[in-house]
Amino acid sequence: MAEERKLGISRENHTKSSSGEQKKGVPDLRTTIAGVEFKNPVMTASGTFGSGMEYGEFVDLNRLGAVVTKGVANVPWPGNPTPRVAEVYGGMLNAIGLQNPGIDVFMERDIPFLKQYDTKIIVNVCGKSVQDYIDVVERLSEEPAVALLEINVSCPNVKEGAIAFGQKAEALYNITSELKKHAKQPIMMKLSPNVTDITEMARAAEAAGADALSLINTITGMKIDIYKRKFVLANKTGGMSGPAIKPIAVRMVYQVAQAVKLPILGMGGIATAEDAIEFLMAGASAVSVGAMNFVNPYATVEVLEGIEAYMKKYQVEKLSDLIGVVE
Amino acid sequence: MKRKVTSKVISQKEISPAIFDLWLETDLAAEARAGQFIGVFPKDKSTLLPRPISICKVREDGKALRIVYRIAGQGTREFSGLREGDEVQIMGPLGNGFPAEAGLGKKVFLMGGGIGIPPMVELAKEIKKQSDDNTVIQSIMGYRDADTFLSEELGKYGEVFIATEDGSVGTKGNVMTAIREKGLEAEVIFACGPMPMLRAIKSYAQEKGIPAYISLEEHMACGVGACLGCVVKTREVDHHSHVNNARICTDGPVFEAGDVEI
Ligand SMILES: Cc1cc2nc3c(=O)[nH]c(=O)nc-3n(C[C@H](O)[C@H](O)[C@H](O)COP(=O)(O)OP(=O)(O)OC[C@H]3O[C@@H](n4cnc5c(N)ncnc54)[C@H](O)[C@@H]3O)c2cc1C
Ligand SMILES: Cc1cc2nc3c(=O)[nH]c(=O)nc-3n(C[C@H](O)[C@H](O)[C@H](O)COP(=O)(O)O)c2cc1C
Ligand code: FES
Repeated sequence: MAEERKLGISRENHTKSSSGEQKKGVPDLRTTIAGVEFKNPVMTASGTFGSGMEYGEFVDLNRLGAVVTKGVANVPWPGNPTPRVAEVYGGMLNAIGLQNPGIDVFMERDIPFLKQYDTKIIVNVCGKSVQDYIDVVERLSEEPAVALLEINVSCPNVKEGAIAFGQKAEALYNITSELKKHAKQPIMMKLSPNVTDITEMARAAEAAGADALSLINTITGMKIDIYKRKFVLANKTGGMSGPAIKPIAVRMVYQVAQAVKLPILGMGGIATAEDAIEFLMAGASAVSVGAMNFVNPYATVEVLEGIEAYMKKYQVEKLSDLIGVVE
Repeated sequence: MKRKVTSKVISQKEISPAIFDLWLETDLAAEARAGQFIGVFPKDKSTLLPRPISICKVREDGKALRIVYRIAGQGTREFSGLREGDEVQIMGPLGNGFPAEAGLGKKVFLMGGGIGIPPMVELAKEIKKQSDDNTVIQSIMGYRDADTFLSEELGKYGEVFIATEDGSVGTKGNVMTAIREKGLEAEVIFACGPMPMLRAIKSYAQEKGIPAYISLEEHMACGVGACLGCVVKTREVDHHSHVNNARICTDGPVFEAGDVEI
């Protein structure tokens, strides 16, 4: 309760601060991505938080800047065989295979659920062809409660021999410009780290009209059970996430922030407020907590409280005073 | 409500080689039931994910839980070093649990294989507590060898039949060999154990036309239904996933055998 009140004050303060009378010592946590204002920069990473229902038992969803949902496709996807997850040193591998109930169920169940809360909704979109993505984006344009679309381009492009859309600048440019034609909400392209030069991808997305970027998605990895002489994951490879990938993610956020003007939602191994602040300083306007939700189901709110405490302690008045300040 | 909490070790002992019996003081116990599990967090930061371990027993006052586990890798090895008074982070109670009420007034088989035996203790206790004169509990437990951990304790709730792979105690073979050899009959089955055993139980139950509630295992990440890491194929389209996949950590771990493709 006391914590909610704390946030209440800072929300009140937002209105004041825009008229220039910010109360001393109450940091302004608001942040903006592609014209959408969020009450704070702490979000959830797609696929690690469902549509919020499961973690609603642990955290007050009203406190989050946004809930970023699990990837949704035009039709239900069954996903990969199990085992789908494996632990690795300081993180995990996953090969869920984008199991999702399809856009119809999502619109009927998940969106109304999230609408009950005072948080923004960002929908993560996946597909196997450009048309799949267009179908989902068009359906979502009927729903004004959806603030932003995060486009997962790490899905295999079936037409291109299953190379992910996000692994070739040209394919990324094409899908971005196509989706721009159909999307009502701003689109945020979620970049894959499994590329030679992430700035090339960022520039391609920017040139095609993307409104924002989010990064990083998981880093492709593999684990072998040496006693069984078998792959641990049924899919053989899986995406690595968790604290062990954080330095790579921070580096990529920094590089992308230097290369393009688009706002960035940063993620990759965030466990604490200190981690989140690194991403902000590297150039991210907001952050997502992913795999660490599994380890600490309260992580999102703890990160938020930690950022606020840091800002108070070091007298940072507004969040934008932290974004990209590393030198 | 599921919660992640700090619990305190009351006691731990090795009851069989590499099998540990750990009592934890935690108020999560008040909400826990047979067949549910907890996520136990290793302290070592390189091993992040919660280890799913079944609830073996709930203390009557609802303030302590018991788990019995085998050292299987890094996390369980760390747990085996826990001493009285140590703190350990746990999350729970997780999963649906066994429908103990389905055993009331019936002839019940509790079937456990190896490290699938621990949840049968709390289940036996729950069925026994609510039982009437018509309830008959028969425990059929499968072990590798003469280390028949928990079998004596299960004897408090009903007759126990033991099968060992090496034939050192009871029937030589597995739990299925034991029920055939002893000519045992039941109207409902509850089971937890390795997949081949669960498959055999599923086909046995179908043959007999009786329900079998089986507890499944899968590698997990979140343990709370969010990551979709732990699915099992289902016969019907699942209400949550809208594909033929249910989440073992939340829709299970206990399923009616006919509902899942194993
Ligand atoms: C619902 C459920 C209930 C369980 N109940 C018990 C119990 O009562 N007693 C008991 O001894 N064991 C139980 N297990 C198995 C137990 O979870 C694993 O033995 C344990 O996670 C191994 O962890 P580790 O760190 O020692 O092994 P490692 O091999 O080092 O673990 C690496 C990773 O793989 C996972 N993992 C490894 N083996 C399994 C497995 N068999 N099932 C699921 N995840 C696994 C670990 O959780 C961890 O994330 C249960 C499993 C499930 C799913
Ligand atoms: C289990 C799991 C499922 C994921 N599913 C998706 C998804 O559906 N769409 C997507 O864009 N990213 C998905 N991701 C990637 C995360 O959103 C995030 O980019 C990545 O895990 C890095 O952040 P982290 O280290 O904090 O987890 C998933 C990650 C995990 C661990
Ligand atoms: S372990 Fe995440 S859904 Fe079951």
